[in-house]
Amino acid sequence: MKVVFKLFATLQDYLPAEARRTSTVHIEVDEGTRVADLIRRYEIPEALCHLVLVDGVYLHPRQWVSRILREGETLAIWPPVAGG
Amino acid sequence: MGWNRKILRVDLTKGTCKAEPLNMEWAQEYLGQRGLATKYIVEEVDPKVDPLSPGNKLIMATGPLTGTMASTGGRYSVITKSPLTGAIACSNSGGYFGAEMKFAGWDMIIFEGKSPKPVYLSIENDKAELKDASHLWGKTVWDTEEIIKKSHQDPQTRVSSIGRAGENGVLYACIVNDLHRAAGRSGVGTVMGSKNLKAVAIRGTQGVSGIKDFKGFLAATTAAKKVLADNAVTGQALPTYGTQVLMNVINEIGAMPTRNSRDVQFEGARKISGEAMHEPRASDGKPNLIGNQACFGCTIACGRTSKMDKSHFSVANSPKYWGATGGLEYESAWALGSHNGIDDLEALTFAQIICNEDGMDPISLGSTVSAAMELYETGVLTKEQIGVEAPFGSAEALVELCKMTAEGRGFGKELGLGSRRLCEKYGHPEFSMTVKSQEYPAYDPRGIQGMGLTYATSNRGACHLRSYTVASEVLGIPVKTDPLVTEGKAGLVKAFQDATAAFDSSGTCIFTTFAWSLADLQPQIDTACEGNWTMEKLADLGERVWNMERLFNNAAGFTAKDDDLPARLKTEPAKTGPAKGLVSGIDKMKPEYYQLRGWDQNGVPSKETLDRLGL
Repeated sequence: MKVVFKLFATLQDYLPAEARRTSTVHIEVDEGTRVADLIRRYEIPEALCHLVLVDGVYLHPRQWVSRILREGETLAIWPPVAGG
Repeated sequence: MGWNRKILRVDLTKGTCKAEPLNMEWAQEYLGQRGLATKYIVEEVDPKVDPLSPGNKLIMATGPLTGTMASTGGRYSVITKSPLTGAIACSNSGGYFGAEMKFAGWDMIIFEGKSPKPVYLSIENDKAELKDASHLWGKTVWDTEEIIKKSHQDPQTRVSSIGRAGENGVLYACIVNDLHRAAGRSGVGTVMGSKNLKAVAIRGTQGVSGIKDFKGFLAATTAAKKVLADNAVTGQALPTYGTQVLMNVINEIGAMPTRNSRDVQFEGARKISGEAMHEPRASDGKPNLIGNQACFGCTIACGRTSKMDKSHFSVANSPKYWGATGGLEYESAWALGSHNGIDDLEALTFAQIICNEDGMDPISLGSTVSAAMELYETGVLTKEQIGVEAPFGSAEALVELCKMTAEGRGFGKELGLGSRRLCEKYGHPEFSMTVKSQEYPAYDPRGIQGMGLTYATSNRGACHLRSYTVASEVLGIPVKTDPLVTEGKAGLVKAFQDATAAFDSSGTCIFTTFAWSLADLQPQIDTACEGNWTMEKLADLGERVWNMERLFNNAAGFTAKDDDLPARLKTEPAKTGPAKGLVSGIDKMKPEYYQLRGWDQNGVPSKETLDRLGL
């Protein structure tokens, strides 16, 4: 199934070079793929995964291993950030 | 002491400058900057005064930590009655001007009356005098600063001034210091212009002395700096991406006000984000961003420095804009960008340049242009009336309308009134995205419920810098709360409002609060200032300042019905994103908030509350 995976700010470095300009990759994943699986697949240190959203909704770290991604969903991750 | 114990009172009508002692009794109750200067306004200004009349006063005020070695200790605020809102105004700025005021030996400057001709205030340590500014009237902020520095033959003179917007009566004119830093909101620059006061130029060489416990202060400020450096947000994220890193965050969570808040997500957000500012442009291979910058004493350095694409239509024939300049901040990028449906990063950079150069609040300007674009798209206004075709998404229209507003030209005069007055004039008040006549900032309350209550109850009209619950509701600072629910938000907003009022009275930057709590500020205040500055005293100070501002507004004529949001946010559900189907729950949150505040159902503080706070 297809999902959208977005990495922002300094985490963009974990995306393929050609994807960094959009912060986005459209990828095929197996049914049952969990949020934690993608974090591992892209070798992102968990300590840098501060803001983890699926379709814009925040996931607590303890949900990363249980949340199964569904067709067409968007997983987006930021390191600690702020502004104002 | 922290304080210099001395204020300068400038009677612009008489042309006099007099030193007087700072009221140290008040300083123990209101600390400095926002709190202490508001106390002076409350005591000296009739809340019903016409904000643009000589009877209004304008105060430039430092805090006790301004000019010290405390990190971010370069802040000053401008306090007056706002011509945009009719409420109390308090606009805070960084840069180097505030510290220079302290080095010259002053805690604050009170301007009263109105000069019969354009003047500027020149301060060199103890010496203060009003000088003729006829040759500066009609000049931009940038030209004014350059001319003053040349005439003083001292490049280290710090200048705070108004541009043409403040002279032309744009109701959201800023006071800009150090070229790119502004006391930005609520039209404090308009009040300055109404007094024929063009600029304040300060040179101070005395430093800050009289710290109560110098060794203790050194230890406290060093420890607090380590907290900032070790924190991932203040130590890494803000220096690297600035405030603009929020563009994609707020868009993804579905709280990005778009096309005059018709939508809550903008398809062009990525193109105008902090990430995009780092990337080479297709046109010249260079990034928009060239570096970051810090205000006085700041160890965060969130400020942006940019260089525009010389071939962009906005500057192709204007080489003066080709050099390094203040780069986009999130609030500018949102208000000028997504709220107008514009994804042209260079056009937004230029529009912000105009705001800096001529002293305009980009939030109010951007959102007023948004209202005009909706009036255009719905056929209420025509190209002939506006002067340009003005559909959502037109970067050309944005650039032209910004210039017209700064110069007071054509339809720009109407844009200078702000969106509430503009939309009422053309029979569509529902198109104005304002609270108490001030345009709200970059967080749609349908997607971040606490921000609805923040806007509705802000003492200076809609504002994010009075209680930035985004920190908790979105970013998880200090703890993560759910942005889509109303439960618990009344207490959250009150806590943020009170703590922010304390920080705003200290001389430090509110951005420290991404890492600091009051517990980090308290030892710095307590070692710098005489008096026993406990946590309890600081917390009480924040609540006291909030209620004092509220009393001023109530006396000015504001009531509970003014603590409200635009109908669009309460009746038109979010169309996309996590908040899809939701409207703001302001009506659920407000009664609980009043109760927690110790106010009656009309939003009036009870006698018990006032007695408890010593008001």
